[in-house]
Amino acid sequence: MSIPSLHRFPGRVLRWGWFLAAMACLGAQDIQVPPPPFTEGIFPCTACHDGTNLKVNRQRRELKDMHSDIVLKHGPESRWCLDCHDPLNRDRLHLASGELIPFTVSYELCGQCHGEKLRDWRAGVHGKRTGSWNGQKQYLLCVNCHNPHSPHFQALKPMPPPVTPGSIQRKGGAL
Amino acid sequence: MKNDGPLKSRRRFLGAAAAATAGALATLTGCGKNEVEAFLQHNFRELSKEDLKQVIARLEQDAKRKYGKHITIGNEPALQGVIFGYALDLSRCIGCRRCAKACVKENNPSRDPQIEWIRVLQMNKDEGVDIAHADPYYNPETVPQEGRFYMPVQCHQCRNAPCTKVCPVGATWMERDGMVVVDYNWCIGCRYCMAACPYGARRFNWGEPAIPAEEINPVTHYLGNRPRPKGVVEKCTFCIQRVRKGRYPACVEICPTGSRKFGDLADPKSEIRYILENKRVFIFKEELNTKPKFFYFYGV
Repeated sequence: MSIPSLHRFPGRVLRWGWFLAAMACLGAQDIQVPPPPFTEGIFPCTACHDGTNLKVNRQRRELKDMHSDIVLKHGPESRWCLDCHDPLNRDRLHLASGELIPFTVSYELCGQCHGEKLRDWRAGVHGKRTGSWNGQKQYLLCVNCHNPHSPHFQALKPMPPPVTPGSIQRKGGAL
Repeated sequence: MKNDGPLKSRRRFLGAAAAATAGALATLTGCGKNEVEAFLQHNFRELSKEDLKQVIARLEQDAKRKYGKHITIGNEPALQGVIFGYALDLSRCIGCRRCAKACVKENNPSRDPQIEWIRVLQMNKDEGVDIAHADPYYNPETVPQEGRFYMPVQCHQCRNAPCTKVCPVGATWMERDGMVVVDYNWCIGCRYCMAACPYGARRFNWGEPAIPAEEINPVTHYLGNRPRPKGVVEKCTFCIQRVRKGRYPACVEICPTGSRKFGDLADPKSEIRYILENKRVFIFKEELNTKPKFFYFYGV
């Protein structure tokens, strides 16, 4: 039995696509996020990447002149800057569809692969939320906790352990 | 002339007698007025609005004398139709203990002798939840450690709470919003509740609580984080002083991994309900039928 392929129903797919996109936009309006955690002075990217003085170089290579601090440890080896950053408009990211999105809704980009996480994040289950349990809530962007270039959550120094019973001293009659 | 029934006259008589006794006791024992009033104070649940106002004023006075700082003691009642619930993501907690320390900062427990309401247990992934071999004193350079997972434990606010059943004086009970609370002025310090709690969530003030004045949180609740005397039991209240005003508990707000989730179990749209309906949920010591309102879950 053949699976009905999408190209047989382009109209329907298109309508559903628009519907889902609209829903996503509506959902996104409720979400309050902090500004993306850019390195100071790095944004707008087009200050350097203006397409005239600095031409687009699509070659995969080790970065030496700028951004040498970035360690790319995200997904397969073949991952490259321009998979997410748009080569023609560096102030934007692009989705797999080619649609440009601002850095403030970068979660849409992350959600292309991590759809389950995006769903949980919208529901307030993945990631940290602050604010009021019965009112307005503030989310964090994915990139506030996960460095997008190396997203594994960084290890932390633990706070001091509680005192052991053995280390409690008796002090003049009272503990 | 006002004609009081026999019951009212008796009540008035007893009230006057109590006041007279208080006066006489104060004179005879050399105790201050506040000490005598504290001795004769009723259980929180039996206090009239007027009495409660006086009790709170007295407690604020005592706190000011002890810590040299003005402390407000609130008595916000339970919110209508709300049942508080908590969920903790075991797959995300990295054991950094920031929750335990934020709790101390918020809830005014004694610093010396040390009391912490949250205890983070480190366990081996190979063995799963194994309390007998859990380590609360781990202290490596960084967490999480390879092959380990972390399980913070605090009061589970059980619906079928063994601690409230064994209290011989009714000093601990469950509020309408599901919070199990303690009246520190009614507690006699017998520690039956501590023996009854299967989660080891209750703490006893063995010594006179000591808190540096600059570390006191002045926003408190009668049933929560107001300063405690020596010889009474205390425990996590999900930050009653915060959550009854719509805020998240301090441990939820601080958690860097977002492992801690809090909300209204009665609200089908709350994140806590989403977790219970969509995630793998684990109830600690479920076989004891304590019916906790604190759940562990696996978010990944």
